[in-house]
Amino acid sequence: MTTIRSLAPVPHLLGSDPYGIETLDCYRAAGGYTRIDPQTLLARVDASGLRGRGGAAFPLTTKLRSVIASATATRLAPVVVANGEEGEPGSVKDRQLMRTRPHLILDGLAHAAAIIGADRAYAYVSDHASADALAEALDAYPPVVPTTVVRVDPAYVAGEETAVVRFLDGGPALPVAKPPRPYERGVGGAPTLTSNVETLAHLARLASGVDSTANLLLTIGGSGIEPALVEVTAGTRLRAVLAACGWWHATGALMGGLFGGVSGESILDTPVSADALRAAGSALGCGAIHLLAPDDCPVDLAVDALAYLAAESALQCGVCISATAALATTAAALRTGAATAEDLAKIERWVLTLPGRGACGLLDAAARVAGSLLAGFRPLVDTHLDGTCRRCATGHRSGAGRLIVDIPTCHQLTTR
Amino acid sequence: MKLHVDPASCQAYGLCKEKAPDLIDLDEWGYASVTSPDVPIGSEASARDAVEICPNLALRLAGR
Repeated sequence: MTTIRSLAPVPHLLGSDPYGIETLDCYRAAGGYTRIDPQTLLARVDASGLRGRGGAAFPLTTKLRSVIASATATRLAPVVVANGEEGEPGSVKDRQLMRTRPHLILDGLAHAAAIIGADRAYAYVSDHASADALAEALDAYPPVVPTTVVRVDPAYVAGEETAVVRFLDGGPALPVAKPPRPYERGVGGAPTLTSNVETLAHLARLASGVDSTANLLLTIGGSGIEPALVEVTAGTRLRAVLAACGWWHATGALMGGLFGGVSGESILDTPVSADALRAAGSALGCGAIHLLAPDDCPVDLAVDALAYLAAESALQCGVCISATAALATTAAALRTGAATAEDLAKIERWVLTLPGRGACGLLDAAARVAGSLLAGFRPLVDTHLDGTCRRCATGHRSGAGRLIVDIPTCHQLTTR
Repeated sequence: MKLHVDPASCQAYGLCKEKAPDLIDLDEWGYASVTSPDVPIGSEASARDAVEICPNLALRLAGR
């Protein structure tokens, strides 16, 4: 079962009762649904430096201002979308926030709508419990801007912003090549802001006069540990986070969901922030971290990640279909000791030539997983050419399924 | 002038490579990518030919 912990001085995101569902009264008592002039709030967003928490860490202020500029240029009323389609298998934070603090998310969504002057808003989710919680919260506190909860089938790529737009326009939830980006031409052709739900939670806190942006949510999983959703202060070293959770034995991690690649022990001493992890050649992504235990072989973990990505290819781009399958198959041969030096040379070439070639980032993620393995664990990878690795032979008990973290079990809603 | 390949439209026909060998790379599966997004001066005609010959309209030229 997934536990919840806060290591931040104030649990701005998880709230005071992380296993309970926040009612409208509780949310208002905590300063929620505050009225504020949109320009004042935009200035607070600027000052806070809030960056997106969906994976790209893009500055929210830039996104807001781009949509405003597009709306002015096109004279079309913009659209705003709370993106709660958490496609990373190792992340639970977004669904947890929507299930337990729907008012916080909807408050942030309403403020985003006010800042850009949107005439309609959507909450885009796959999780049924999240959709129900949001719909109930909308009934309890009807928003000024018409807001619709939209359910999509879960998929790794379904939360990619162009997939969101395509689905809301009646199409499949699959990415398309950019440009145009949604801020230029989004839902119904209108400039569209898609924002991750954790980002919107921070926006709601800013509106209430609290700067929570130093806090971020991590989902930490791995073999032999009880996974945890943890609120931390950005910049904390991962080793300190793990120590506080009682996990002393990690030897590295798969970072950023499936996007940041596999890293060895040095990642544990890197500050957990988008910039520090990027500088270390890794990525924070959506804050999902899969720990390597001493019994885990990094090759085995990378093979599982590549298998997951290959299975989740949207099957739109020929290069993605062919290359993710080739990467997964070739890496799997490493695990069984069947790979040759030529296979390794192929992986090396793919790592260099594949990034940027798909319509979305899935192919880039696969290339990064493979590239991180070669860059960080080359001597270990080479030993796999000589025969079966002992850890690989015994390690992969559950395959790519081990990358999936369950959502914490929360108290039932009793009052609203 | 910039040349783009839409990866979702490319069906690995490879005809673009014949028209613009300097501008297009084909990978081991036959899918096209541009050698550089910027079309060098003097190569505009072959870039246009590559765009026109693609049966699936996967290539696009932008700018001037």
